[in-house]
Amino acid sequence: MTREEAPGDRDIAVVAFAQTDHRRTSEELSEVEMLMPVLHEVMASTGLKTADIDFTCSGSSDYLAGRAFSFTLALDGVGAWPPISESHVEMDGAWALYEAWVKLRTGDADTALVYSYGKSSPGSVRDVLTRQLDPYYLAPLWPDSVALAALQAQALIDTGATDEPALAAIGARSRADAAANPHAQLRGSVPQGEYLVRPLRTGDCPPIGDGAAAVVLAAGERARELCDRPAWIRGIDHRVEAHGIGVRDLTDSPSTRIAAERAGVHERPVDTAELHAPFSSQEVILRKVLGLDESVCVNPSGGASAANPIMAAGLIRIGEAAARIHRGESDRALAHATSGPCLQQNLVAVLEGDPR
Amino acid sequence: MSKEPVAVVGVGQTKHVAARRDVSIAGLVREAARRALDDAELSWADIEAVVIGKAPDFFEGVMMPELYLADALGAVGKPMMRVHTAGSVGGSTALVAASLVAARVHGTVLTLAFEKQSESNAMWGLSLPIPFQQPLLAGAGGFFAPHVRAYMRRSGAPDTVGSLVAYKNRRNALKNPYAHLHEHDITLEKVQASPMLWDPIRYSETCPSSDGAVAMVLTDRAGAARAPRPVAWMHGGAMRSEPTLFAGKDSVSPRAGRDCAADVYRQAGIVDPRREIDAVEMYVPFSWYEPMWLENLGFAAEGEGWKLTESGVTELDGDLPVDMSGGVLSTNPIGASGMIRFAEAALQVRGLAGEHQVEGARRVLGHAYGGGSQFFSMWLVGAEPPAS
Repeated sequence: MTREEAPGDRDIAVVAFAQTDHRRTSEELSEVEMLMPVLHEVMASTGLKTADIDFTCSGSSDYLAGRAFSFTLALDGVGAWPPISESHVEMDGAWALYEAWVKLRTGDADTALVYSYGKSSPGSVRDVLTRQLDPYYLAPLWPDSVALAALQAQALIDTGATDEPALAAIGARSRADAAANPHAQLRGSVPQGEYLVRPLRTGDCPPIGDGAAAVVLAAGERARELCDRPAWIRGIDHRVEAHGIGVRDLTDSPSTRIAAERAGVHERPVDTAELHAPFSSQEVILRKVLGLDESVCVNPSGGASAANPIMAAGLIRIGEAAARIHRGESDRALAHATSGPCLQQNLVAVLEGDPR
Repeated sequence: MSKEPVAVVGVGQTKHVAARRDVSIAGLVREAARRALDDAELSWADIEAVVIGKAPDFFEGVMMPELYLADALGAVGKPMMRVHTAGSVGGSTALVAASLVAARVHGTVLTLAFEKQSESNAMWGLSLPIPFQQPLLAGAGGFFAPHVRAYMRRSGAPDTVGSLVAYKNRRNALKNPYAHLHEHDITLEKVQASPMLWDPIRYSETCPSSDGAVAMVLTDRAGAARAPRPVAWMHGGAMRSEPTLFAGKDSVSPRAGRDCAADVYRQAGIVDPRREIDAVEMYVPFSWYEPMWLENLGFAAEGEGWKLTESGVTELDGDLPVDMSGGVLSTNPIGASGMIRFAEAALQVRGLAGEHQVEGARRVLGHAYGGGSQFFSMWLVGAEPPAS
């Protein structure tokens, strides 16, 4: 593929992925120190140098860092000299990847570096996330993220779609799968625990942790040069829903449904799905909306139940799905990222490897 | 390569003021969005995606406010993205939205930027203590003043140039009904007599803190053909970033700014910016940045920018008008300030800038920068469609 082809016709692939070991706390590291190893890892695995990257995009949140313009320091770690073409979203890194994908589609860039990071350990993440709610009517009540997810879980149980033992089984399966994932924070057999907010027990909720991730994207032939088996992005789309919890049907996820249709999920079956479902009950909703049956391998990495570094967890889902294609363990995978309370905003991508 | 041409078909902004106590954040952004839609004669249903930008969340105290704003901006069921690149964010946000059209991902996109500084305190939002890091010295003015002094020393500019810029921009603002500061009794003497804040920056040479929002409707060739009013065509756009502090950084004329401008000119086929560009909406939060950026953007040789300012070239009726709207010096809702520059550039080439219209403006540059002069975003818009 060359730059002469029309935009939109370009094939774009994930060619490298790296993530930190996610941990409950990393107070001895700055964000930049946490990020540097994964940046080096994706660059080394492709053989690219900073000067070879046409576009860089990152995702993070000032509120986790506790200071304004926190991302500006991370840029120093990228090696932004001579000056680079660079952008940043105040969102999960999955959306930074989306911005980079658009940039590659215009033909203005052939390679892109995408990274994101989040440290939840310095503060109380349940309190911090209340600050992303409607500042006039909802945030002053301080409803925390677990309480809101519990409302969603209870609504789901009330419809008969699931029950507490079934939710417990989701958490147990995820953490059992995570035993094979050296980066995961919670691995193997973890007790389901006490109720955190009914009906959710600690085992239904994600661990709080710090972590970072990075991905390299490349277009066309460049992707084939950089990776033996590129994970081609066949479709990617994202949608947002109303913010008010009271105006949404919390047992459904119409934004995921639209994004999946636009991304072409249903054109052919997927064999793998990496779902960003921080709470066990959210996996039930996403499976239903995405039409995933038992033949699909869901969250073989352990998913967000095993590691949920905020702002990176969505990008990690895309990275994990791509890595399985790179390794030949998947031919067509779905990756999903979410943002906002109770799955308010959702991104869906379909990744494919070349036929074997 | 055939990217889809991108056109600005709608522009809307709020009347910028110190405090909009009559509206919520949602009310503020919806006002600008509604005006942009009205200008384009489109409805919410015509918008396929929303790209929103603002500066740090600490300025309003709302984490990722785009989530709460989805309803107010008609984004429910649509893609919505939130860009944040410090002070350059308004420009970057417009460029991300333009890429969606250029890549043919969407046909018509709403892009919007805002800041409601009265909800919080921008000075304290920027002053949270960080261990082992140099504090931003008493606000942005304290950070930039040494770089202004370096410019004066390097260029030999007389110390009157800064006040000339402030006097000009505040007079331009009187012709712009949306500008925050309307100082009807402004005189050059008043600017020069205003208190010294961060030597050599005087009070009247600094920007205000504003509440405000700006929105644009961007569309493809087919959308432009249906537009009810003249459109502005994007001829080039670019972003560049470099670290804030490192040995060898030229804080007077950062290379990221020069590279960014060069990329935009290359895309637009501009060889001699001084001759081929008709006017500039430049991000000038402190008056001395006009001569500094004139050099950085290639309108004057190194050390010569102040001569353009002093000779009246940058006046509204000059040969290269700068900040016709009154600029950031007269209106500064930080997260929106960059996009206001982009939007004002579009209004000029559409011939819709009203009293501050530059006659015959065919190609106009919109410019934004942020951080410690480390993030740059620019676009060049024209009255005619791009050549290719």
